[in-house]
This record gives sequence, C-alpha cells and structure tokens, in this order.
Amino acid sequence: MSILVDKNTRLVVQGMTGREGAFHTEQMIEYGTNVVGGVTPGKGGEWIGKIPVFDTVRSAVETTGANCSIIFVPARFTPDAIYEAADAGIPLIIAITEGVPILDMIQVRASLDQKGTRLIGPNCPGLLTPGEAKVGIIPGNIGTPGSIGIVSRSGTLTYEVLNALTHRDMGQSTCVGIGGDPINGTSFIDCLRMFEEDPATESVVMIGEIGGTDEEKAARYIADSMTKPVVSFIAGRTAPPGKRMGHAGAIVEGGTGSAEDKIKALEAVGVRVADHPEQIPDLLTK
Amino acid sequence: MKLHEYQSKFQFADFGIPVPQGQVAATPQEAFQIAKESNGPVVVKAQVLVGGRGKAGGVKLARTPEEAEKYAGEILGMQIKGLTVKKVLIDPAAKINHEIYLGVTTDRAARRTVMIASAAGGVDIEEVAATTPEKIIRVHVDPFLGLRDYQARDIAGMIGLPRETWRQFIEIAKGLYQAYLESDASLAEINPLVVTGDGDLLAVDGKMVLDDNGLFRHPILAEMRDIDEESPSEFQARQAGLSYVDLDGEIGCMVNGAGLAMATMDMIKLFGGEPANFLDIGGGAQSEKVAVALRIILSDKNVKAVLFNIFGGITRCDEVARGILTALEEIQVDIPMVARLVGTNQEEGRAILAEAKMTTAATLAEAAQKAVAAAHSKA
Repeated sequence: MSILVDKNTRLVVQGMTGREGAFHTEQMIEYGTNVVGGVTPGKGGEWIGKIPVFDTVRSAVETTGANCSIIFVPARFTPDAIYEAADAGIPLIIAITEGVPILDMIQVRASLDQKGTRLIGPNCPGLLTPGEAKVGIIPGNIGTPGSIGIVSRSGTLTYEVLNALTHRDMGQSTCVGIGGDPINGTSFIDCLRMFEEDPATESVVMIGEIGGTDEEKAARYIADSMTKPVVSFIAGRTAPPGKRMGHAGAIVEGGTGSAEDKIKALEAVGVRVADHPEQIPDLLTK
Repeated sequence: MKLHEYQSKFQFADFGIPVPQGQVAATPQEAFQIAKESNGPVVVKAQVLVGGRGKAGGVKLARTPEEAEKYAGEILGMQIKGLTVKKVLIDPAAKINHEIYLGVTTDRAARRTVMIASAAGGVDIEEVAATTPEKIIRVHVDPFLGLRDYQARDIAGMIGLPRETWRQFIEIAKGLYQAYLESDASLAEINPLVVTGDGDLLAVDGKMVLDDNGLFRHPILAEMRDIDEESPSEFQARQAGLSYVDLDGEIGCMVNGAGLAMATMDMIKLFGGEPANFLDIGGGAQSEKVAVALRIILSDKNVKAVLFNIFGGITRCDEVARGILTALEEIQVDIPMVARLVGTNQEEGRAILAEAKMTTAATLAEAAQKAVAAAHSKA
C-alpha cells in the first residue's frame, strides 16, 4: 500500500518527446512504472519505443485509460498543460517544471480546486512508491519498500533522507515532493492526511524549508489530527532575511517564514526536528 | 526583480493612477533644469533599490531650482545601505493633507492576490502590521473576477477616506491591481497615497517587485533591471543560470538543489563555521557550468575553504568533478577543498578528484566537519 501512485497507476507523459521528458520516461519505465502514452501536440501517431504518442491528453485518455499525468513541458506552457490534463478528466497531475509565474499558479490552483483535481508541484521531483511506481525524477535506486512516508518541499535534500533511510534498511511507503514554489497544488497537510489514512504508513518524515507558513499550519494539523509519529527537518536556519534561496518560495519576508519559527512550532506539538538531514533515521528509531 | 520608484510610478501612470509629473536627473544640472521647468517647490529623491532613503538623507525638499541643484549634488553619489545613488527623481512637491497605504501582493497562505490598505500611510507597513494589526485592511481578490468596484469601495470606507474621494480611489485601486496583474508583479505598492490640499488623491511614492518567472512576458520591464540590485557575483551567477546568494562567512559551498544547498549551509554553521554563499548549480549541470560556479566562489576573498556537496540524480558526479578540475587548472589557489560526491557516477567522479588530491567525505556531516576544520586551520 502507498499513497497517490502504485502498480495500478496508468501514466501519460506530457512533453515526452522533449529532452527531459524522453530521458525520464525511459527511467520511469525501467523502474517498472506503467507508462501508457505520451502527449506532444503535432506528433500524434508516432511511437517512442513501445509507447504511443498522442496530440492531446483527451485522445491519450480515451485510448489508454490513463489516470495520471506527468508534465515536463517548459514553464510558459505548463499552466496550459495542467488545464488540458484536468479537462481530460485526469484526477492526479504531477508538474515537474520549475519557473511557472505565481499569478498563473493562483489561477491554476483555483481552477483545479473547483474540479477536484489533485496537482503535485510544480517545481518538484514528483513521487516514488518504492517497488511499485516512480512518477517523477527521484532516483529509483535510493528507495526501498517499507512503512515510512516522506513529504518534502525539496528535491535533492529529499534524496539525502531517502538514501540515509535505505542505508539503514528503513523502507518507505511513498515519497512525495510537493515542490519549492510559493503556491503549489498539494500541501504538507494534504500529504499528512493521506499518510495518516494509509494503513501501510507507520511514521512520517516532513522536510520543510524557509518561506511561508505551511510548516506551522502542518504543526497544528499534526497536533489535532495525527496519531502516527512525525519527525522533521527544516532547511535554511542560516538563510538571511529578504533573500530568495534558489526556490521561488524559499524566502523569509515581512518577519514570517524563518526556520526558527517553524522548528519552534513543530517542537511545540511534539515533533522531533533533526539538526541535520542524516539524523532523521536516528530520530525515527528513538 | 525590483523596479525603482520612478519606474514603478511611470508604470502606475500607464494604468491611470495619478502620480506627480516628475522627471529623472543624473546630474545636478539636469536637476536644476527640471526644477526650473516645474515652476515651484520640488522633492529631490534618491533612486536606489533599498528602503529607508528618507532616514539616510536621500530625500530633500527644494524650494528653488538652485536648492534642487545643490541637494541633487549631495544625494547623487551618496551611499545608501551600500548602494550608490546614480539617479534622482525630481517630483513637484504635493500639498499633503493625509497619507494612506495601498498595496497589492500575494497571500501565500490564502493562495490569492490580496489588496492591503491602511489609514496609517507613509510609514513602514510591516511595522504597522506588527504593532497595530487592526489598522491593516486585507481584501482577497478572486483570480477570475478581478478586483470589483464594491471591494475597492469597502476598502475606502474602512480606512476612513472622505466620500468625495471614493470614486477616484476605486479607479486607483483597480489601476493598481491591473498594473500588478499585467506586470506579473509580486508586490505593487503606493506608500503614501496622499489626499492633497485640493482633496485629490496622488500616488507620491511607488514600489514594484516583479516575479522573475513572469519576465518572459514583459521584455520591456525586463530591460529595466538595475544590475546594482545584485552583487557582481550574483549577476555573473544569474547570467550562467546558477542560483547564488552572497553571504559573509568563510566557507564557500557548491551544491546541487536549493534545499540541499540550504541544509549544507546549516551544517557548516552547526559545526562551527560560517557559509560564504548559497549556491545551487541546478539539476544536470555540465562541467562548464560547474567551472563558472567555482570561479565565482573563489572570487570571494573571504573564502578559506570550499565544500562540494553533490547528490547525483540527473546531475552526474563525473561531470561535476571534471568542471572542478577545469576551473582549478585556470585558477591557482591555495585553498583547501572538501568534496562529497554521492549518486550517479560517484566512483568516476571520486577517481577524477583523487588526482587533484582533494579531501573527500562520505557523509554530509563528515564533509561539513572537514571543511570547517580546514577553514579554521587556514585562519
């Protein structure tokens, strides 16, 4: 068991014939993900290996029964790609692309909320359910099946934690990268709720960073609604205020968003927060 | 990307917001000429991309063109928070009855654009929010409906504007929202928006911050970027597609991924060092990009040690190692370096760096400790 993606996921790749899309489609197939089609407008009817290419998401869904889409198109085309997938009835969309303007994301999120479509990302590494499906760019070899759920705003920092857990034979149910943008499709709380309800998940690692107040809100949710243990790491204790640290959403501004506030909020509700990412496995065994 | 006051106000004017009919001067003589043409008292305002210009002496009221020339001479070339003033804005002085605050920004938590207003204008709005939050009015804007008249009218009433100004205020509020929207801004603010002696509204000061990710839609605005906003290193890094922030410490770091780069800085601090920078080389970086990154790190004279932390996924450790060697062939440095390469092609990468006699580490903790020790032994 797992959350969001598993063996039954039927994945369509938007932007499959691009450089990134092609490379990662191969990696996902190699991992065992059931990739059923790709979408590139103007290339419908072609085949990439055993995978058919379609002009539209709608035709891909009609032909293949796809129930999940991953997006590798450039930022300026990403909002349209998301709308197209949602309109074709895809219930779960993963947008890897970085650099989508925030005003576009406000509209995207408002529109998807009305439809009830779930978006992961953008600016995220996607999902990995070890042993079942990889929908994104997380290196498959660093995860192993088990009962720890991971949710993170970061990419490579998440890989560190996955790697550290796997080295200690501490397997994972699902790893979710929710992305580093200020406005995204799925929040910490959404994932915490799914992990709480997932019988295969026994504990959760939440990896946050500076910017916004989502970690503080998550802390309240953990206190009110979670029975499973949660441990955490928050990146950016040394980040100066007013400076964007790589991710569009990673900025301490107007007195909010500091790592200290987040750590304080989490510790206040009994969440153990690691001093550095390699401590996470220790915190989970204590 | 930040816009200067004059750029922001010119942008506001395009959306029907009344602003003082000012002009920009780069010399005291130009300031004299503009003041003479404006035929009355003027305000000479330093154009730098930091707050607190007034307190620093960068804003002066001049009653005559001669005074405008004198003040412009004093303000031009002045250092404000480390930035040199290269331009002044010469605005006709307004008769101020009352000052209010009006701004538009993103409310991350609500996932909406929010209009913020306060009857207490002309002061730092974050301070107002912290000390007297009840004086701040927030109205969220539906992304598909835009700012409606009734919402603007509500705001006008709540901040106690006289009824005679409401019609004008509604136009200004809608103009500001539109300017925000059509510039892909993350902040557009008028502070203060002034009720003049004649009972009119006037946007006396303006500020805009643009979403860098939206700039592809606004080539004209993108051209307005003042490179002084960034340090030379930050500018170089942006040109190379690297994400870099200058810091004050002594340990340079090169990392792939923003979260991991922050975590690496935190680790350096945890083990008693201070990071000299934030640097994310991004995913899939090629050796040339790595070489540029290393040159930027080494151009910081405070750097006493360098830490490479690469978790290879799409980024290949051997590419990174080759980039490091390329840069080191050009720059002769006596600075200790610690490398931790994990993931895709780690063996090849480590073999390449072994030739360069670089200290290596298996874990992030070990790498940070070694880098701190190396920096301290150099000091």
